[in-house]
Order: sequence, then structure tokens, then C-alpha cells
Amino acid sequence: MKFKLEIWRQQNGQDTGAFVTHEVDDVSPDTSFLEMLDILNENLTQTGGEPIAFDSDCREGICGMCSLVINGEAHGPKRATTTCQLYMRHFPDGASITVEPWRSGAFPVVRDLAVDRSAFDRIMRAGGYVTVHSGPKPDPNDVPVNPEISEKALDASTCIGCGACVAACPNGAAMLYTAAKVSHLSLLPQGQPERYERVQKMVNQMEKEGFGSCRNYGECEAQCPKSISIDFIGHMNRELLRATVVEPDDLRGDMKTQ
Amino acid sequence: MSRIVKFYGSIIGKKAVVAVTGLMLLGFLILHSIGNLKGFLPPNSAGEPDIDVYAHFLTVMGEPLLPDMVALWAIRIILLVALTLHVVTVSKLAAHNRRARPVAYRNHKHVAASLPARWMFVTGGIILTFLIIHLLQFTTGTIDPTPIVYGCVYSNLYYAFQKWWILLFYIGALSMVGLHVFHGAWSAFQTLGIDNPDRNRKLRGFALGAAAFLVIGFLSLPTLMYFDVMKHPNAYGESCVVSDGRAE
Repeated sequence: MKFKLEIWRQQNGQDTGAFVTHEVDDVSPDTSFLEMLDILNENLTQTGGEPIAFDSDCREGICGMCSLVINGEAHGPKRATTTCQLYMRHFPDGASITVEPWRSGAFPVVRDLAVDRSAFDRIMRAGGYVTVHSGPKPDPNDVPVNPEISEKALDASTCIGCGACVAACPNGAAMLYTAAKVSHLSLLPQGQPERYERVQKMVNQMEKEGFGSCRNYGECEAQCPKSISIDFIGHMNRELLRATVVEPDDLRGDMKTQ
Repeated sequence: MSRIVKFYGSIIGKKAVVAVTGLMLLGFLILHSIGNLKGFLPPNSAGEPDIDVYAHFLTVMGEPLLPDMVALWAIRIILLVALTLHVVTVSKLAAHNRRARPVAYRNHKHVAASLPARWMFVTGGIILTFLIIHLLQFTTGTIDPTPIVYGCVYSNLYYAFQKWWILLFYIGALSMVGLHVFHGAWSAFQTLGIDNPDRNRKLRGFALGAAAFLVIGFLSLPTLMYFDVMKHPNAYGESCVVSDGRAE
């Protein structure tokens, strides 16, 4: 197969960047999208060009490292699929393919298609943890959990933190990512001690990073490689509203009768 | 106070303000539309059109507890505050969102977002412009392409909607309201964390129903007046006889 690729090339964060057209020939239909880029990089290196920088790691759809907006869609045209699990047979022969990095002010371009997603790490650091005791190993199933709730928390926990939700959102919002992390921890009994401060801290950090706000387009859910439901965004909104409007700040103050 | 600052300071809090004020405005629109449908009811024993009787009721609402116009003005002020908060907050969020993606995509596909969802800001802007013109036309009477006589709602409507371009303008504006409500009436519940997979179909249905009700409810009377299906106001007795030209 043969492809014409319009790829975003950018030297570094200061460079303005531009699209450069590259062509690849003789690609097997069973080549993955990233392998196709590897082939292209091989060719570029041999002809004295600069290889294209892009992120990848496990290449089996679980690490969340690969990114790429392919023809305007995060992780390409196949639903519930990461870029590394996308194959060239999903494109017609001779197709022209546009490849762009995640576009978000909070994800600065490092080089070409690789962006810095440490904003997500800072959101996690702000509140994405639970308190555990440091004593002997607890028995399994020590803490009773409603299996339905546990399954729901596990649905949220399938988030691989790739950032496709931000890339897909017309507003560049990180609501689905933050909601998945908040919901995952706040649904389970182990997450209760920090429940209300967690959601406030994580949402606060999300805003500080400069991510946009949610307008309920549903693009994030549709382009999420793990198909995480926007139900979790509703859940996070409910948690935040409860934390800021309902829950008292002062838990132990005096009460007067008159 | 610090709670309100903290709440309004967060984008989710701002969204909640937009959602609540939006639902308040939706509630008003539904009541307004029901009020307009009174144009279809038969006149009272004195021959006054039902919608005129209802309009008079609005001015004396709350009596004998409240003096005339007090309840009406209280509602007007609440709605004005809600509208202002809705518009100001949405504008702040839109400015925030523009900063979130400084470099645009060359090619960005929408695979889930509906057209009404993507055009909320535009339909909202058009509705705001329409609202100002609508209030100047029917509430203050500042713009009067057709005679506007205080208290004569039926004949005011009748003469206004004899003109094809006024009818067309309202059809256009109400389509915008329909699109805005189709997304907004569901989106508000999602923003407030009330939607979930159990309720999603019902809330989506509610948004569609509310949008359809508003468009049909508001446009039915004017359209039927234009096509002379509704009675001429002169058929309603002497109290509101207005000439086709100017008020006498």
C-alpha cells in the first residue's frame, strides 16, 4: 500500500511548526500505524532526513503512551482503539492522511507529534491517591463492596491517561480524564477518607493547567480508546457540587442554641 | 461568601450556574408558551379574548396580598438576573475555552457532537438579539411596525402577524430557541450531575419534547393568524377595536 502523509513537524516548543508531506510506499496492510511511521523514519534516516518524533511504548493498547490525531480524530478513525492498534488496512490504498499532535495549551509540543502530558500527572498528584495503612497485608475481600459499584469503579479505572479526551474535545477539556480518576477512587470504600477534598483538589489542578470546560458534546467518550462514559463527568460534577455547596467546612465547631 | 467565590471560581461551578439559570429560563419559556396558547380559548362572557384576560391577570398576580405589578416585576427581575448570569457566565467560559487550545487543528472531525450542541453559542447570541427586539416590540412598544395597544394582546398579536416578514422573523428566532433547548435542556441535567444511564433516555426525551413544545406552542398562534384561520380581533366586541394602521 502507498500513503501520502501530511505530518506536523515542529523542532521544539518555541518553533511555530508546519505540515510536511511525506510519502511511504510498499506498506503491508497488516502494518500498524506506528510501524508505518517506523518504516517512514527508517527511510528518512537513510536519506539523511530527520526522523519524526512520536510517542509509543507498549504497542498493545494498554499503556496510554501513543497519541496522534489522525485525519481529525484522536487515535484515528476506529472507535475504542489506540493508535498502536490501528492498522493500515483501515485506510484505503493511496490515501492522504493528516497526522497532528494533541492540540492543547496544557500539552505543549515537545517535538513533532510528541507532547508533554505531565499536566495529567499533576492532576493525579493533587488528589488521585488513597490512604492505606502500613500494617500487615489485609485479607482479600476484607472491605465489603457492592459488586455493581466495584464494576463501575473498574470501568472508570480503565482510563489509560492517554489524553485523547482533551485532544477530541472542541474545548480542550480534561473533564473525562479527571472524572474517570475522581470517580474510580470516590466510588470505592477505600477512597472515602479523601472523597470531598480529592474532587476539589483535582478539579482545581485541572483548571490551573488551563484545560477547557465541558459543554457536553460527548466527543471525548466517542474518541476515548477505552470508551469511558460521560456518565463519570456527571458523577464528578455531582461530587464537586456536593463538596462545595453541601458538605460543611467546619466539622467540629460549636453550636449555639440562641 | 467565600463558598460562593470558590464555587463560582471553578469551571464546574460556573457550568452549574449556567445550567440552573438555563432551566429557570426554560421554565419561563414553557409558561410563556402556555400563556400564548390561551389565544386559542373562547372569549369570556364580556367578549374579551381569553389571552387578554390572562394578560390582565399577570399584572394583578398575587392580589390581594401584593399590590398590582409587584409579583410581575419580581418575576421580571428574577428572570433578568438569571439571564444576565447565564450570558455573562457563558461568555467567561467561552473565553476560558478559547485559551485552552491556542493552536487549532487543521482538520478536526466531530464524531459525536450534535449540530445544536456545537452551535449553542451562536443560537444563544441570536436568541439574545431576538429577545431584545421582541421586548421592544411587544413589551415596551418602542418598535411598533404594527399597532400595539396596552391590554389588547389578541389584537396586537393579530396585526403584528399579518405581516409576512414579522412571522418569518419569529419562525427563524423560534427555530434557534428549539435548537438551543434541544441541547441545553439535557446538558443542564448532565452538568448538574443529575443525568445517569437510567435517566438518560428520559432526559433526552424531555429536551426534545421541550424544544418541540416551545417551537410548536409559540408558532402555532401567529401562523394561524397569518393564514386567517384565527378570528379577526373585531369579532371580539368593542373593548379592543384597533385600526389596521395606528392605534386610535
